Amino acid sequence: MQRYSGFGLVKHALSHHENWQRQWRNPTPKKAYDVIIIGGGGHGLGTAYYLAKEFGIRNVAVIEKGWLGGGNTARNTTIVRSNYLWDEAAALYEHSLKLWEGLSQDINYNVMFSQRGVLNVGHTLQDMRDIQRRVNANRLNGVDSEVLDAKGVQELVPAMDCSQNARYPVMGASWQPRAGVARHDAVAWGFARAADAYGVDILQQTEVTGFKIRDGQIHGVHTNRGDIEAKTVGCVTAGNSGVMAKMAGLKMPMESHPLQALVSEPLKPVLDTVVMSNHVHGYISQSDKGDLVIGAGIDGYNGYGQRGSYPTVEHTLQAIVEMFPSFSRVRMNRQWGGIVDTCPDACPILSKTKVKGLYFNCGWGTGGFKATPGSAHVFASSLAKGEMHPIAAPFSIDRFNTGALIDEHGAAGVAH
Amino acid sequence: MFYIYCPYCGEHREEEEFHPKGEAHIARPADPESCSDEEWGDYLFFRTNPRGIHHEMWVHAVGCRKFFNITRNTATYAILETYRMGEQPSITDDTREPLEVAQTPTETTPADNLEGVRA
Repeated sequence: MQRYSGFGLVKHALSHHENWQRQWRNPTPKKAYDVIIIGGGGHGLGTAYYLAKEFGIRNVAVIEKGWLGGGNTARNTTIVRSNYLWDEAAALYEHSLKLWEGLSQDINYNVMFSQRGVLNVGHTLQDMRDIQRRVNANRLNGVDSEVLDAKGVQELVPAMDCSQNARYPVMGASWQPRAGVARHDAVAWGFARAADAYGVDILQQTEVTGFKIRDGQIHGVHTNRGDIEAKTVGCVTAGNSGVMAKMAGLKMPMESHPLQALVSEPLKPVLDTVVMSNHVHGYISQSDKGDLVIGAGIDGYNGYGQRGSYPTVEHTLQAIVEMFPSFSRVRMNRQWGGIVDTCPDACPILSKTKVKGLYFNCGWGTGGFKATPGSAHVFASSLAKGEMHPIAAPFSIDRFNTGALIDEHGAAGVAH
Repeated sequence: MFYIYCPYCGEHREEEEFHPKGEAHIARPADPESCSDEEWGDYLFFRTNPRGIHHEMWVHAVGCRKFFNITRNTATYAILETYRMGEQPSITDDTREPLEVAQTPTETTPADNLEGVRA
């Protein structure tokens, strides 16, 4: 793999940037691999990368039915934070945030991780009590977090209406300075390139059509390009995980919903942090290109269509205009939807299944992007060792029968 | 944007009048006290979540405020039928999905004759 560097950029400029190496190969599938990862999004490609780099398993295939990072990796609003309430979730997301902090250097790919901070705004006394509780829990878990009053919020975000004239006046916020945003496509491409350099086969346009299961043990997958053998298969297919589970004869405690987002026309810099409000129910940041990146809640019905309803878009924009009246005349440029697999407790599933050797990493719902490196790392460890990583263990599918749920509806809050 | 036929009001109304309420036809265990953790967890949390034909409950929240059922394709979003609580769907995964099925009223009784359907 040619390393990227400032010097390389200058060197390639001399040849008019026509001699850049391809970022990853396009191999034909082998008959068998040590590990198969289904799903070529950030979590899946990251899993392959950490398997190769940290656990020495390089005979790995990533099977993707479309193109890399074409699902929720490309459809999210790129927010990264770790201020979750419960110990289990805080450990998982903080593990991820720590990996984010070194990711660009690690994979030699600029993922444009920008720690511009995230505000979770409170508008009611109960909001503020919840925020204080969560900030205290965060600090006990070593997650940077602080409580701001309305004046503190106004100083950070001058464009926001923090006056008493607002319909839901801002009373304060929790503030995580180490949180921020990253470039979503670069995460998928960067992991793909780095994994490919270790010899991982990335098989695009390859759709898994069934599992080969004999005597309760996984033996591989059927695909539209022939059968591929492996004794360990990790399924990382986000919104389609229910469909994959059904193929393996498993039932999942989750439902797939459309989640929409939209971006505005590019503006001059106006918002240099991320603002989220559970109560008014919307969140917003500004990308480096200048467009406002906006999102809110899921559409309530089940859907695999990667699109939702217009009333949801309307509610989203109402919330944004409520918080930022000055944005009322900004025009929206693009709007899209992804399929999110939501769990009843708003936490993911990282788990073994009843089929030996078949693992699922799914149920990230509305907040999977922030967890990409952490999820990939603990999942790779679990696949390599055959035992769930200690950080992943509490997220077993069994929790829905034992009752040990991790209720993160408060911290997951507004979808993101 | 859905245009939904409420089987109680006997009218097509816009999606914003309704709320989706999850998978339909999930029977509460007859004797919850004697359920195993497995059975109770399955009842509470596990769903079919199909890509394709899905039977789901909706409530006509700002209309008659009644719950009813919809058979809908979760991939194309086409609404195939709506029917009242207690009734069974006429379109299931086993029946071949008709290409063009209008939201035919399952009852022809005018809304006025039904008790308690007016908002």
